[in-house]
Amino acid sequence: MASSLKQALGGNLRQYGIMGALALVIILFTITTGGKLLSPANVSSLIGQNAYVLIMALGMIMVIIAGHIDLSAGSVVAFVGGICGWVMYSTNWDWPWWAGVLLALALGTLIGAWHGFWIAYVRIPAFIVTLAGMLMFRGLAIVVAGFTMAPFDDEFVAIASKGSANIFPTIPFDGGQLGVIFQAVKSIDVFTLLVGVLAILALVWTQFRNRASQVKHGIEPEPLGFTVGKIVVIAFCIAFATVLLSMSAVGTPFVLVIIAVLVLVYSFVLNRTVFGRHVYAIGGNLNAAILSGINTARTNFMIFVHMGFLEAVAAIVVVSRANAANATAGQSYELDVIAACFIGGTAVTGGIGRVSGAMVGAVFMGVLNQGQSIMGVPSAWQQVVKGLVLLAAVAFDLLSKRRTKLVALAGVAERSQ
Amino acid sequence: MNETPILEMLDITKEFPGVIALQDVTFKVYRGEIHGICGENGAGKSTLMKVLSGIHPYGSYSGTVTYDGELCQFHNLRDSESRGIVIIHQELALSPFLSIAENIFLGNEQAKFGVINWSDVEEKAIALLKRVGLRQEHPQTKIMDIGVGKQQLVEIAKALAKRVDLLILDEPTASLNDEESEHLLSILRELRDQGITIIIISHKLGEILEVADNITVIRDGTVIETVNVKEDQVDEPRLIRGMVGREMSSRFPTHTPNVGGEELFRIEDWTVYHQLDTTRKVVDGASLYVNRGEIVGIAGLMGSGRTEMAMSVFGETYGVDISGKVFRNGVEVQTKTVEQAIKNGIAYVTEDRKAYGLNLIQTVRENMTISALHKVTHNGVVDSNEEKVESQRLKVELNVKTPNLDVALKTLSGGNQQKVSLAKWVFTDPEVLILDEPTRGIDVGAKYEIYEIINRLADDGKGVIVISSELPELIGVCDRIYTLSEGHITGCVPKAEATQENLMTLMTLETKE
Repeated sequence: MASSLKQALGGNLRQYGIMGALALVIILFTITTGGKLLSPANVSSLIGQNAYVLIMALGMIMVIIAGHIDLSAGSVVAFVGGICGWVMYSTNWDWPWWAGVLLALALGTLIGAWHGFWIAYVRIPAFIVTLAGMLMFRGLAIVVAGFTMAPFDDEFVAIASKGSANIFPTIPFDGGQLGVIFQAVKSIDVFTLLVGVLAILALVWTQFRNRASQVKHGIEPEPLGFTVGKIVVIAFCIAFATVLLSMSAVGTPFVLVIIAVLVLVYSFVLNRTVFGRHVYAIGGNLNAAILSGINTARTNFMIFVHMGFLEAVAAIVVVSRANAANATAGQSYELDVIAACFIGGTAVTGGIGRVSGAMVGAVFMGVLNQGQSIMGVPSAWQQVVKGLVLLAAVAFDLLSKRRTKLVALAGVAERSQ
Repeated sequence: MNETPILEMLDITKEFPGVIALQDVTFKVYRGEIHGICGENGAGKSTLMKVLSGIHPYGSYSGTVTYDGELCQFHNLRDSESRGIVIIHQELALSPFLSIAENIFLGNEQAKFGVINWSDVEEKAIALLKRVGLRQEHPQTKIMDIGVGKQQLVEIAKALAKRVDLLILDEPTASLNDEESEHLLSILRELRDQGITIIIISHKLGEILEVADNITVIRDGTVIETVNVKEDQVDEPRLIRGMVGREMSSRFPTHTPNVGGEELFRIEDWTVYHQLDTTRKVVDGASLYVNRGEIVGIAGLMGSGRTEMAMSVFGETYGVDISGKVFRNGVEVQTKTVEQAIKNGIAYVTEDRKAYGLNLIQTVRENMTISALHKVTHNGVVDSNEEKVESQRLKVELNVKTPNLDVALKTLSGGNQQKVSLAKWVFTDPEVLILDEPTRGIDVGAKYEIYEIINRLADDGKGVIVISSELPELIGVCDRIYTLSEGHITGCVPKAEATQENLMTLMTLETKE
């Protein structure tokens, strides 16, 4: 039992390390902020403020696993946001909000295809192509959005500022009786609680269905105790977040719904589809991938198309949240996103990385920001801390690898890496 | 030979978590001898050398190492090098873009106050190159512009540039052809005569017997025997017996050739130009065929165009201006992309599994299925459980030794990695398998298993093409052998008539019009 537990954990030790570090940081800031970090309003704004990182990290992780990088993310957000804002704001166009959203998504996808074309078919390194994109799209953003366009329709603004509590009935509840942190709580959102319960049920169902399927195929499943333990821990986290969110003014933010759907979709894409497998194969050994009959050009092209699409989603969320479009939006966003991926255990050399890791990395950065802001740490120092954390995370990654490398040196295989 | 041991390793025991790599190994090397070490992969040869050179630091093993009469407590490579012990690994540690001279003095720069004296460097480099038989090479030539054989010699020159009394070579001839190997061995003899003690690890038993004075055979982490080549009249069967612990009546499994099957695969008038030097033909008008159930060999020296021919047929992954025709069951087919080649039943197992064959950081399972993922896929979604079942089946079928299918491939031994490489292509249900150096760098036992797999594939009605630089292997395994010289097919010899001599004659035939 002990050895099989070790085996089940073994491959994901790095993953669990990051999660442990996240838990530690949350506890730390909960103490230093006197619990304010976990007040319903702060949890809700944590999600809203870091939505762009969570969304774009889903694309960036594919980009990095395949051995590329995207430096243009911030500029693309500004440009797509600018166009989206322009068509809704300009009296000549005056498009409805949904048309603006669709245009933004189409434009982002097109920009992704533009990058993908140069990278996959002309074979210019992604670093160069997206560096060019970073300059070009920032310039174009200034052309279309040199001045601030605001405000926008309520429906559009609702994307980033409203949630389930604004649609579904809520139960009145005086949070003051729970303590000073919950003073602002006036009601509990039923919908959020319902979603939480459903999520836990879905978790239990998928875990046990997978076990059943393994048994059917004659594969020995992981120890039952491990599955149960996993379910208990994850269910606790879901329940905890659900309860806090249900007490926030907006309930489940619409942005969170968007993120949840995207996370499910892209986890599935990376873990279960042929495309996802090809992404890992390209990053792990490009030559072997070519000689295995993988259409590497098409795969690389599609990776950047996905990235462009996700940049557009982020642009919409950013403009909606600010209720304004401006060319200066999205400054250095790409660095936040790249940092989230690396903190989440994505290998600098490509070939290794998980969606869950990138998400944890993004939340980690978000908690750092939020916690320090509540504590009143000046933003200059916040950047210093973020930089150090990134360095520490990657150093930890490399140091832990080096330890295994000494043993593996016994097989000379390792030397050629 | 001097009768005091320069090196004495006593009762060395080295454990890794879960495995005992070495158990009470006692090993002596005398001054001025060439000492061979034989053993299967995983027997503990490399571990022993790592203990000696300090890669496994003092304290991580038990037992004592005495060198030159002094007890050694090496903590890293620097410690052992300072005592004159230099180890040269199978994968060379040279920087391709730097010159020969720069590489020779890499990490040992001839400098005063950090400023390099280049004329001094060049003079010393020329002297060192002379010692290793490379007098015609210019020290300014870049490493990437000389062949692997010469690179190996530069490595030795690099060792000689330091103070070296004991030189350890790990599989020095693994990627050399016969001629280059012969040259290397003669250089080793010269160095021995100059008083340098040499330890050589090799899979090539013939070579070891030729060059070594004494041979130590290691199996499962223990020393089986140390023999004196001349006095004990050692031969290959005796070494193999010691290495595998059983009588190997034959290095090759018996196989009844399938002759007279219908034609399965044919290439006609195949011509390929070099991908960098585009005016040079690397394959020139080559034609060959394989029948159903037949094992066909391709013999050729390095640079004869054997790998280039195979890779250009397999999705034009090598070369430019490729012309010629490929037929499958008598019908012409296109093989311009790897996808097309796979679809037309061709599989190519590369000679360099680490660089071109496998994704070492991914799992065994993912490597096995990557070329035919569609077989376990429904609507673009991989059915992971179906995938597990299929890879489990392949694991059993090819006898891949791995704790489970979800470990990273790099944790497996070379022989087992090669089996995964084969499994990956067996999974594509090919009709023709082109195996490029299928037993390179793997031990005797695993080789035997690979041969058995080849036979089984042929018996299943597939056509197998084996490319190898080891002629005994081709003669032992193939039903028919083509010879390739300078891009031309110079002959086709049936098994019964094949000898190393007549193959070598055909392989070295001058073909210039």
